[in-house]
This record gives sequence, C-alpha cells and structure tokens, in this order.
Amino acid sequence: MEDTTELTELDPRYKTMMRLVAAIFAVVLLAGASIAEFVIPGWTGVVWGPVLLVVLYLVVWLPMRRYATRGYSLAEERLRVVRGVLFRSDTVVPFGRVQHIDVDQGPLERAFHLATLTVHTAGSHNSSVSLPGLAHEDAMMMREQIRAAIRRDTQ
Amino acid sequence: MTGDFREPKRTDPRTFLVEAVSYIIRFIPAAAALFVVMRDELDRLSFALPVLGLLFVGNLVAQYLQWTRLTYATGDADIRVEKGLLSRAARSVPYERIQDVSIEQKLLPRLFGLVAVKFETGAGGKEDLSLAYLSEAEGERLREVVRERRDEGVPQALSEVPQADSEQSSAPLFQMGPKRVLTFGLFEFSLAVVAVIGGLAQQFEFLLPFDLWDLDLWQERLAGPGQQLAGLGPLAQAIGVMIGVATLAVLGFATGIVRTALREWDFRLDRTPKGFRRRRGLLTRTDLVMPVHRVQALRLETGFLRRLFGWHGLKVISLASDSGAANHAAAPFAQMDEIAPIVAETGFALPGSDITWHRAMDRYRLDKMILASVALLPVTIAAIFITPSWQWLIPAIALAWIIAHHWWRWRHDRHALDATQLYSRHGWFTPSLAIGSRTKLQSVEIVQGPIARRRGYASLLLGLAGGNLRVHGMPVGEARAWRNAILDSIGKTDFSDLLEARVEPL
Repeated sequence: MEDTTELTELDPRYKTMMRLVAAIFAVVLLAGASIAEFVIPGWTGVVWGPVLLVVLYLVVWLPMRRYATRGYSLAEERLRVVRGVLFRSDTVVPFGRVQHIDVDQGPLERAFHLATLTVHTAGSHNSSVSLPGLAHEDAMMMREQIRAAIRRDTQ
Repeated sequence: MTGDFREPKRTDPRTFLVEAVSYIIRFIPAAAALFVVMRDELDRLSFALPVLGLLFVGNLVAQYLQWTRLTYATGDADIRVEKGLLSRAARSVPYERIQDVSIEQKLLPRLFGLVAVKFETGAGGKEDLSLAYLSEAEGERLREVVRERRDEGVPQALSEVPQADSEQSSAPLFQMGPKRVLTFGLFEFSLAVVAVIGGLAQQFEFLLPFDLWDLDLWQERLAGPGQQLAGLGPLAQAIGVMIGVATLAVLGFATGIVRTALREWDFRLDRTPKGFRRRRGLLTRTDLVMPVHRVQALRLETGFLRRLFGWHGLKVISLASDSGAANHAAAPFAQMDEIAPIVAETGFALPGSDITWHRAMDRYRLDKMILASVALLPVTIAAIFITPSWQWLIPAIALAWIIAHHWWRWRHDRHALDATQLYSRHGWFTPSLAIGSRTKLQSVEIVQGPIARRRGYASLLLGLAGGNLRVHGMPVGEARAWRNAILDSIGKTDFSDLLEARVEPL
C-alpha cells in the first residue's frame, strides 16, 4: 500500500472460483432454507429473506472483497503476500530464505487453470507462506524466478 | 530454465507391489474379522461381497494410477517431485537447501530391495521431500547427485581448524557450584506443589481440627468472635494456620531445590572449537554441543523476585533440527557480568546504552483495557445483582488483573532496533529480553486487525528458526520502517551461507 512496491493483482479467474465455491455452499444453504420455509407456516420469505442476504454476501460481496484485498509482489527478490479482509496480513519472504517451493493445484484450480504457490521457510512462524489464485503458468514462472535467485545467491 | 535437461522419472515399479502387499496385509484382518462376525449370515453377506471386492480392486487401481502420476526429476539446480491424480502438487527443492539425505529401508520394501529416500531441508514446518520407493542403486545415485551439486559451486565450509584439545584445561565459560544451584533452587519455589498439597489437605480436611476452606465459616468466625470460642481458642487457630502455611512453604522450597539440583547439578558451559558444550545434571548427566553459527537468537529471562537480586537466565535459540529442542539454557541462573562474556561468544551483543527504546503505542494498551472492560464490566454489574454474595468479585478481579497487566506491560515492554540486532523486552511476571540478529530472520509479517487499522498500530511478526519473535502495538509507520530495514539486512546473505557459517554472523 504505502510501501515502495506496487502489488500485482491475482488472476481474475480466482474471483470466479471463490464465487463457485461459495455458490456450492449457498445451494446447500438455500435448499435447507426452502425446506424450512415450507415446513414453517406463516409469511412467505421469513426464512428466505435473511438467507438470501447471507447468500448474496457470501457469493457476491465476500469474494469481491477478498479478491480486492489480496495481492503479491516479487520486487527486490522478495515475495510479498498481502491478504485479509478483516485481519490484514502483509508477509514478506526474501528469496534467500526460501527452503523449498510448491506449486499445487486442487481439482477446481485445475479446471480454472489456477495454482497455489507455497514457499517454505526455516522460521517457526510462517514456516510456509501460500499464495493462491495465480495463473498456473505464472506460478511456474515465479517458481523458476525464486529458484534461480536461490542458486545465484550462493555462488 | 537455461539448459535444464531433465526427464521426469517414476519411482520403482515395484513400489506399487509394496503398496499393494501392505494394503492387502492391512485388509486381511479386517476381512477376516468381518467374516467371523457375520458367519451366521453368510447368505446375506453374499450381496455385500461384490461391493467389498469392488472397493478392494478400486483402491488398488487408484494406488496404481497414483503411482503413474508421481514423477521426480533431478535438474541442474533442484529436485522436483510432481504427484497427484485429481489435484496436482509440484515441489521443488534446490540442492543448496538440502542439509541431509537419509535412506530408509523398512522390512517390506527391503524384501524387494527398495529404499525410501528423504531429503531434509531447514524448513520450519517439518515438511520435507521424501521419495518412496526407489531401488537401492537409485537411492545411492540421488545421494551422490545431491552431494556433487552441493559441493560444485560452493567453496567448502571453513574446515574446522583442529585445535589442541585444550578445553579441559581452559576455564569454563560458565559454571554453577553447589551453592549457586541451591540459591537457584530457592527461587524455583514450586507453587504447583503448594497448590496440590493444599488441595490434598482439603481432601483430608477431617485430619485438621477446623475447616480451612469454608468461607462462610470464616465469615462467621470473623463476625462473631464469641461463637467459635466454644470450639477453639483464636490463638490455637492462628498457630494451626501458621503451621499449615509453614509446612506448605517448606514443601514448596524443598521441591524447587530438589528439582533444580537434579537438573542443574555441576552445570558447566565450555567454549569448544565445535561450539558451546554444556554438561549438567545429577542423576542423568546430559552433554550437549550447540554450534555457535547455528544460534538464531538469545533470550535473557528473569523472574519477578529474582530480578531484585540481579539473577538472570540466558537461553540460546538454535535451529530446531539440532537435538530436538530449539531452546537451550546456556546460563540458567547468573549475574549479568557472568552472562556478558557468554553473549559475546555467541556473536551477539547485549543492548548498548546508546540505542533508543520504544514502547507500544499508548492507544494499543488502552484499546486492550477498553476491550476487556467492555466484556467484563457488564458481567460484573450483572453478577452484583444476580448472584447471592461475593461471586461478583471474580469478574471484577479478572478485570482489575487485565488492566494492571496491560498497565505494567505498557510501562515495561520495550523494543529497539540497531544496526545489526533487534531487541524486544516483554513480560509481566517473568520479564524477558529477546535479542535477534537482523540477518538471521526468515520472514517479516505485518498484521493489523480491524481495530488496529482504525487506530493506526500493527503487530510485527518475525520468522525466527526455532522460536517466536514479535512486537505488538507498533505504529504502522515504524513497523514498515523496521520491516524495510530488516529485509535489507536479510537480503545480504543467503540462508545456506548462514547455515554453513561461510560468513561471519555479524
């Protein structure tokens, strides 16, 4: 933010993926609400109304906020990961302190061609720092970049 | 990706055999148990059998497919492993970071001539790389590859200059005689034992001439001194209480002294060419070597009471992979003038008189107090009206405690940063000073909660191998400045250099 380096946004498909995950949960929630709606006699919408608001928050608002608050930067041989809607955390791992690097893809991430980059450090705190929501090829590229820096530093 | 020639390889095909056999071995007892339990209803079981069979075969097929999707490759700079059927995981471990390659052979793989190879890095989370199973030759080859690549571009670590074994003759860096251990034991007064014995006394209260713990009875006694005269005289009662307290105190001190003596007897810390060597203990004598360049940070601890007498303890935070614990007492009970030379030997330094200490922002502590009040004040007020007598004191005392705690920490907690080190002094009953090296940190994180963001303070969490180092309630600007300064220091050296002590730590 006020730091010297500008943050890079995550891949926009990540927002869609978070929406999809929230939507799966929302469908379950709505199904439950519908049953409750039919079982409980009285005004229509007494359950649907509040649940719909929750669903809108989960599916529309929250992924947007989460996406907007996340970002990363690779400037100055440092991986900087910023995240958090309510509790904001801003983590920096210098390449020279990376132990090993993971690029992981869950089934959904594969469908969206996304990946999660995880760097492991020797610290007890932040022993692994993950950065989800990268395009798979970007994640691979970042891995090469970090790995190359490790090699160079030591020669 | 310059000239990276690598071809992904699968693990040994017999891996699937081993997995299948161990799966079947696990499966047979379950199947047998099911068969025995259900033997009277075998005709009904016949419907279930195909399902079970399908599950069994399905599991084997899944294992086979997983095996086909697990590949590893040795490149120019790193080892890569990719795996996963539905989800894909790719791990890259640079040779530079591999500290140890271990080859393990369990019974079943051994029958097939297979080994599991583990690559250990310095990662804090115990997450390393392991390949199961490879042929013995391939395991050896990998070990050689790692060894070669590591040694290639890297000048060998400073060969330890074999010095004459002079440590026996030279004076120890620090030692504790019986008198010191005894004094230490006095300060290790065991409150836990007092509590336990006190609790037992309550259980066996019929042995006591009166009920020590009945508050109502006490109130009665205090209210009407005439009432209990029939039973016991006040003098006898007072003597009884005093004897009880004295017994508890003696037990507490005795426990502290015995425990301390067992652990710390004949404590001796030497500076040897390999590092610090610590020997201590009465019945089980431990002998530990802590390499100096692996020291990540220092912790200087003291106690509420022992501080008044100038007693401090020095702990060394070392890489977690060294002999289990990451926290080693280098001088558990010493005066500052004894600790200073030890600190000098570690390559760290005690805070000089010229550094400027900062305290947490006033509003950080204030917010903590307000938050506690918001939670506990209504409880207290409600308790006054609802509960019959003194129960409202519980939330009231808790609140007073929290406020006193934060006031104390606001007054005494300090942090400072100088050219090479950072310091954080914190604590309430056991104040401690953490000394961290700016270069030996792994990561820097700034965290802000919703209140912190509005009020303009932040927590700085530092990644330290083997311990925690954090500063709370810093002004955001200061936290950012610290982070930039620390990152600049970290950037100058690579982790592997620190580990091999190829550079002077400071």
